[in-house]
Parts: sequence; structure tokens; C-alpha cells
Amino acid sequence: MPAMTLYDAVGAALTEEMRRDRSVLVFGEGIATKRHDLVDEFGALRVRNTPLAEGIIAGTAVGAAGSGLRPVIDLLFAPFLCYAMDELVNSAGKLRYMSGGQFSFPLVTLAMTGAGWGVGAQHNHNVEAWFVHSPGLKVVMPSNPADAKGLLKAAIRDDNPVLFFIDIGLLHQPGEVGNDELVLPLGKASIVREGRDVTLVSYGKTVHHCQQAAEMLGSRGIAAEVIDLRSLKPLDEASILASVRKTGRLVVVHEANRLCGVGAEIAALVAEEAFAALKAPIVRLGGPDAPVAASYPLEQAFVPQPEAISAAAERLCHRQAA
Amino acid sequence: MAPIHPEIDLCHLLEQMQLIRAYEEAIVTGSAAGKFPGTCTSVGQEAAAVGVVNALSGDDLILTNHRSAGHLLARGADPGRLLAEVMGRSSGYCKGRSGSLHISVKELGVVLTSTIVGAELSLAPGVALAQNMLERAGIVVCFFGDGAACEGSFHESLNLAALWNLPILYVCENNQWQAFVHRREAMSRDHVADWAASYGIPARTVDGNDVTAVLAAAQAAAGKVRESRRPYLLETYTYRTRGHFEPDDQAYIDQAERQSWLNRDPIALCRDRLVADGCLSPGKQTEIADRVAQRIATAMAFAESSPFPAADELTRDVYA
Repeated sequence: MPAMTLYDAVGAALTEEMRRDRSVLVFGEGIATKRHDLVDEFGALRVRNTPLAEGIIAGTAVGAAGSGLRPVIDLLFAPFLCYAMDELVNSAGKLRYMSGGQFSFPLVTLAMTGAGWGVGAQHNHNVEAWFVHSPGLKVVMPSNPADAKGLLKAAIRDDNPVLFFIDIGLLHQPGEVGNDELVLPLGKASIVREGRDVTLVSYGKTVHHCQQAAEMLGSRGIAAEVIDLRSLKPLDEASILASVRKTGRLVVVHEANRLCGVGAEIAALVAEEAFAALKAPIVRLGGPDAPVAASYPLEQAFVPQPEAISAAAERLCHRQAA
Repeated sequence: MAPIHPEIDLCHLLEQMQLIRAYEEAIVTGSAAGKFPGTCTSVGQEAAAVGVVNALSGDDLILTNHRSAGHLLARGADPGRLLAEVMGRSSGYCKGRSGSLHISVKELGVVLTSTIVGAELSLAPGVALAQNMLERAGIVVCFFGDGAACEGSFHESLNLAALWNLPILYVCENNQWQAFVHRREAMSRDHVADWAASYGIPARTVDGNDVTAVLAAAQAAAGKVRESRRPYLLETYTYRTRGHFEPDDQAYIDQAERQSWLNRDPIALCRDRLVADGCLSPGKQTEIADRVAQRIATAMAFAESSPFPAADELTRDVYA
């Protein structure tokens, strides 16, 4: 299988979907400049640069989606979504319901976030939980190029608004991507490593940190299962619960602020649905209640690292043994 | 340029305005009696709505806002289904999920109604883009107020519509009030039309209380958008004679200003002109009044007898 970066996987998904469906168009902040191959193939009407005005970009996408097109918009960095909250939350997320189902909004919003570039808190803020909390929206965050391609294709075909977060730290990491036009269903997690002793649940770049932690744990005789959620809404509750019922221990890991993050929801889900299976308390590892600093060591310290994940999991296993 | 609807009968416009007035007054009365939730009325602005909507074609699309009764009724919405919506009944146009503030009626081309001030402006370019890309003939008409014109979305919308050559007729109902604040306190200009020029968008201000003036201006404006496939801004200068939201004691308003606008009530202006022109006999006036009263009574009976949504409607239509 050819290796491709996540950035190129996004481009491949856009290309395939634009070939397949003439109603797909892309616009956003510099997308026609950066992805000129799309302009070459699909023309300037379907691939457009926009003003740096997230509100009108998102509003235009919502209006277009509600009128028969399938827009994909690039708002660059996730904190910029603050300028597009009304359009995404109040319009895209609510107008289907509030109109009694008269409209649907098949649109995808691309935004980058996460540690890796030292860009600071106004370019790096993992805000995905905000949108999970808002009805009518779906939320996706892939951990590798192959998933990014398959999930983006599914997001474009979905009749609902999808927030598609791209981890900056993974953007230029290569990964194997099949030549097939694989579409990964939204709401289906991936078990990236099987294990019987502890479940590590994550998404985005911390999936890789969990895999590294699982390697460390393996060398100490602890078999960790690693789940990559891929999509945060819909959430693959069944896969999480099945794993915890098997292992009895859960560590939820994400780069986003721990407070009211997706991890809190997963911990609550497991406490409500699989309490009897738990052999130890649930642990959440996430960013502190602080904006992200630009300084490299502080930026890295914000993100749960493999050593911390491994240590947390090991403590849970020893707790049971004791 | 020939009018789009040369056959329009002024008596018909008068009747539409009277229907809108009666409809909103029925909600005000019902709301005061505890039968309805409160609402935002457009009393005093009927000519601005009726004049514009009657200048449109059936395939044009309308985006409106929380003060939408005039637009909906002039477009032909059934007052019974509207009242049912206001009362939260399942026979309402939005199954009771909207209430009075966000009513969309896709079958009439009234789409994506939002009550967030300025949201209609951010949505309009996308609707117009779809019209262009899907090669649909209809233009997009976006109704908003002077309050929305002070939102960033107004300026972003006009910039993009001009840049992308989008067929949008922006209609600003400058009703002098931005919720509980007079326009003079919140807006640096008297006329929203002044701002359009800076985006290269032609604009015109018209007396929003004169239905024939609004109709003629809107026919010309819609014709211009249709021919050029470019945006145009029409400002209907009018006055909201009731409060922002019912109930509202309007203790904050300048009574002399309000009275000066009440003296130019759009319905009275239209009626007086028709009478002076010999086009409206006392008998015909009674006939119109009776027909309007009958329609409202029928609508009220329909709405009141409609069931509330079933409990399982709570989570339906969230996702497609």
C-alpha cells in the first residue's frame, strides 16, 4: 500500500468524492491556493478561496447544504470556529429539528488543532467536545491517514453536518493508505490493539501515545487494549463497553482539556453501563484547565505522554492485584 | 422595465395587509389571555412585507427572521397552520418545534428561517450559491432589520455576495428599533442603504409604509437581480409600532415619534388611496373585513383543535 500523509489523504478523499458527486464543492481560507490540483480538476466554481471570515464561510456552507449542495469548508484552525459558532451550532445543528425536518445539512467543516507546531492557544485548542455537546452535529477526529480518508469520504456522504478535526501533529506523518475507495462508517471505533488487562480509549494523536504505552505495559506483562474512537459523535459505545467488560479497567486519554472533555462522557458511560465489570476506578488523562502555551516543552507537557498513560494503567492493574 | 406582476390588484394587497394585522393582533390577544406564548410582531410594517413579496416569482426563495408573519402570509401561508405552529401544535408548519420565531415553509420557498439576528444574512449567500450552481432561475430574497445590519454578518454577507456575483435581493426593513434600543443609539447611519455602496451593491431606500411604492421598487430591484445575477439592496423605511416582544409596555419609546408613524399607518394609507381613486366602495371594504375575520376565526379554530406533538417527537428530526 502506498504511504501518504494525512494532508494528502484529505486531498485524496476530496478528489474521489468530488469526482463521484457533482454537488460536492470545497471552499475556505486558502484552500484553492493550497490544493490547486483540485482547482485544476474541478474548476474555480467548485474550489474557492474565501475571505478570512469564518462566520460567512460557515453560514454560506449551511445555506448551500440546506439548498442541495454538499459543501466542505476549511476554517484552518479549530479556535477560529468561535467565529462560526452561530452558523454551526444554531443553524446547522438546529434548523433541521426546528423546521420539523424540512431541511438537512450535509456539510463538512475541516479544522486543525493540537500540539505540534508551537502555534499557541489561539491556533491550538481541542474544542471537539463543544460540538459533541451540541445537538444535530457529528464530530470526527482521525488518528492516521487511512482513517482520515475513509472517514472524510463518509462525512461528505453523510446528510448531517460533520465537524472534522485534523490533528496538527499528525498532518505530515505518513501512513499506508489503500488504493481502494474505502468508506469508513461514522460511529465505528477501531480496536487497534487487543488486550485483556486494561482498556485505553483515545482519539487523534494520543492514540499513538496509547499504543506506545501499551508496548511499555506489554514488556511488564500487562496486556492493554487500545481503542481509537475515530468518531466522537456518534460514539461507539458498544465497543467501549465490550472492552471494559473484558478488561475491567479503563484509562481515557485525550489532548483536549480534561474538564468536561469527551473523556468525562466516556467515564460516565462506563460507570452507568458497566460498573459491575470495573475492577478499579476509571482514570482520565487530558490537558489541564489552561490554554496551550506556544513554548515547545509546555506544549508537549499539555498532552498526555506514553509514560504517563503507561504509569496510570499500571497503577490500575496493581491496585487490583493488591 | 415591465412590472413582473402587472396584474396585481391593489385591493388584494390591502386585504393581505389586513390579514397580517388581524393575524398578529389575534396572537397578541391570545398571548395576553395566556393561550399563546409571546411573539415578535411586525405591526406597522405590513406594506414593507406585502410590497416586496408580491414582487417575487414563485420560484424565488425567501429567508426571513423572527418578525416573519407578513412575509409568510403574503407568500400564501395558511394562517391556520401558522397559528398551530405558534401554539406548538403538530399541525404547524414545523410540527410545533419552531413556535412563532423560526417558521420555515419550504413548499412556499420560505427557507432556513433563523431567529438569531443577522443569521439570515450569513445563510443567504449559500442559498444563492446553490441556485447558481444547480442552475435554478429563482433569486434569493433576504429580509432583515436595521438591527441585523449592525451585525458583522451583514457586512460579510454583502462582501461575499458582491465578490461571488450572487443573485440576492437584500431587503432591510429599517423599522427604527433594534429590540429595545432605538436605531439612533446603535447605528452610525440613518440608512442601511448607505452601506451597500461601499460593497459596490446598488441600493435604494423606499417609503416602507406605502405599499405601491414598495411594490414598484421591489419589482425593479428583483428585476435587476434577475437580469444581472448580482446583489441589490432595498431598504424599506418603516416603523415597528408595537414592542419588541409581546407583552411589551413600550415605556421606552418616544410617543410623539410613534404617533407620527401611526398617522401614516400603511393599511390606512392604502385604503384611503383606493377610496380616493374610487376603487374601494364601502361594500367592498366590509367584504374584505369580513373575509379576513372569517379566515382568522377558521385558523384559530383549526389551531386550537390541533393536537400537541406526541412525546416521541422529542428527539425526531435531530439527525437526517
